[in-house]
Amino acid sequence: MNELLLVLPPLIFALGGVVLLMVDLAIPRERKSLTAGMAAVVSAAAALCAILQWGLAGSGFQGMISVDGVALALDALVGVIGVMTIGLSLRYNALRGILRGEFFVLMLFSLSGMALIGHAANLLTIFLAIELLSIPLYVLSGIARPRLDSEESAMKYFLLGAFASGFLVFGMALVYGATGQLSLTGIARTLITSTSVPLLVVGAALMLVGLGFKVAAAPFHMWTPDVYQGAPTTVTAFMSTATKAAGFVALLRVFGVALGDLANVWQPAFAALSALTMMIGNLGALTQINLKRMLAYSSIAHAGYLLMGLAAGGVSGVRGVVFYLPAYAAASLAAFAAMTAAHNGEEDQSISAYAGLSRTRPGWALVMAVAMLSLLGIPPTAGFVGKYMLFQSAIDVGLVPLAVIGVLTSVVSGYYYLRVIVTMYFEAPPEGVAVTKGNRLSLHWVTGAIAAAASIVLGILPAPLINAVTAGVTSIR
Amino acid sequence: MASDYLPVGILILLATALAFLIVLISILFGPKRHAQKTKRVQPYESGMQAIGPGQRRLPVRFYLVAVLFILFDIEIIFFYPWAVALRALGPGGFLAMLSFMTILVVGFVWVWKKGALEWESMDK
Amino acid sequence: MLETNYFVVLAGLLFAIGAVTALTRRNAIMMFMAIELMLNAANLALVAFARQWQQLDGQLFVFFVMTVAASEVAVGLALIVSIFKSRSSTDVDDLHSMKG
Repeated sequence: MNELLLVLPPLIFALGGVVLLMVDLAIPRERKSLTAGMAAVVSAAAALCAILQWGLAGSGFQGMISVDGVALALDALVGVIGVMTIGLSLRYNALRGILRGEFFVLMLFSLSGMALIGHAANLLTIFLAIELLSIPLYVLSGIARPRLDSEESAMKYFLLGAFASGFLVFGMALVYGATGQLSLTGIARTLITSTSVPLLVVGAALMLVGLGFKVAAAPFHMWTPDVYQGAPTTVTAFMSTATKAAGFVALLRVFGVALGDLANVWQPAFAALSALTMMIGNLGALTQINLKRMLAYSSIAHAGYLLMGLAAGGVSGVRGVVFYLPAYAAASLAAFAAMTAAHNGEEDQSISAYAGLSRTRPGWALVMAVAMLSLLGIPPTAGFVGKYMLFQSAIDVGLVPLAVIGVLTSVVSGYYYLRVIVTMYFEAPPEGVAVTKGNRLSLHWVTGAIAAAASIVLGILPAPLINAVTAGVTSIR
Repeated sequence: MASDYLPVGILILLATALAFLIVLISILFGPKRHAQKTKRVQPYESGMQAIGPGQRRLPVRFYLVAVLFILFDIEIIFFYPWAVALRALGPGGFLAMLSFMTILVVGFVWVWKKGALEWESMDK
Repeated sequence: MLETNYFVVLAGLLFAIGAVTALTRRNAIMMFMAIELMLNAANLALVAFARQWQQLDGQLFVFFVMTVAASEVAVGLALIVSIFKSRSSTDVDDLHSMKG
């Protein structure tokens, strides 16, 4: 029974989802906010459990499952993202007519997959966790059917996600063939003595392609803009933050733990992917007139910065990644919160629709501005601290060109992030938009404000989180 | 060292080439997309005229039932090995399978309550 | 006893056929079948390697891949049916309401 303690946070998500699936049957259609509340409680409980378990380390279930600082950090992060997404969903989903019980149940299932990735100590568990994460998300992005954009988004996400899974499994099969091991530590142990290096390298490359799709790294990013744009905005917010975090922890587990001794082979590949992703993401975002699409390209760009940390490797690189994930999540959630709040009813996604937001909705304009500054990486925001840590880790291991590309593309990103702020603050609002003095204290507003505040607090006082993250990273097993 | 990769490289090239070749062959020799209207593919003059498209459309509920069948059917895959090793696994294995089945039953109840198994109501 | 390499080469061929088909076909159902072929190629490789290493781990993995593939089929077919109902087409080139 003690073994169950090792997977308690993912277990809470999964059990909560199963129970809620039954409970939801008894909840009438117009009271679905009750389901949402219960899902939020489950999500918060899992996050709290991870925090209480902080410092726990060990493995169990015949070596299928392990727990360490990074696993618990991921549990806590996705739990908090879950709660905040639910906070945004109530109003937005009700307006769009998709306030359904299944929405929250599927979210819990997806969260359990994300949390399980952190606890996976075997290629099999990693594969299962990734599928558990993905399959509910395919459905979630299509939940606004029969809206065409939502259906299209789901279809594209599904086809490319399944395609990526094919690469992932085949890569895993080849690595298994080369080492005779499925457990991550077992692979690491036999790596040195393995006689079939080509098999190993091809397997690792295929796994990189599969996971690269999941974290939206270029050149495997083509699905991202369409899927992010078409999915309901709350789902997009969830996907861009929680999925990215889980995907990077999966990369960390597979390449950092299992294939760590092969680093001289895959680190150049990571560096190349990182450079390409930063350039494609930031240049792609430049020309967007649709805010949601711009944020999609921005999320690709941020995958590039995160890959830089993995390319650098070591404690400082991984620490940078684990710190940047919550920093990015806070800013991204704040941006999506402001986006969903700025309109009643049918949302207008074009950036020009946010003109004069500082006068019509000053509070939300501020939240959006903070989000943009943090994504851009201006001090004193969390984005600045995170980028600084990532770039520093790259310079430490001699990847100076990569850090230079990171800085240059960040400068480029200033154009499209600041353009949103300029539009909000210096352009006249469109005709016929009611001016709201102050914000009503709603759940939506509180969620957005917390996300924005977190972006600033983590920027001014990053030390506690950095210390915790460092402790977590050094406990990787 | 580099020569180790030669077989892999050849395999990748060969595999990709073969895949393209198969696609090409089906384009060259397969039925043309717009060939249906030409005389060549029409039935004999004395034969019956083709009525309607070749692919009959089935009601969506068949797909729904098929999908549900696949989902519940595939779980057998875990039951067989479990049944074979039942004694060796002991009470732990029994508990594990029980929790697995509970999850399946929860899914089944949900599908049932949502009305996915009602043949008649799906018509609307 | 046959060498493992034969199986792995066959698996590689099947995988490549699946990948190329998934990239060249424009029909969602065909793409989906190609993806299934990729997964089954991986299954073949896993079984072959499991035999080579005289273990059951690889075969165990195959069970899970098959189950996951079935879940993907369920979600995928549901999506295809849903799209077909609203658009009467399963051609992915018809999915172009979003541009940029």
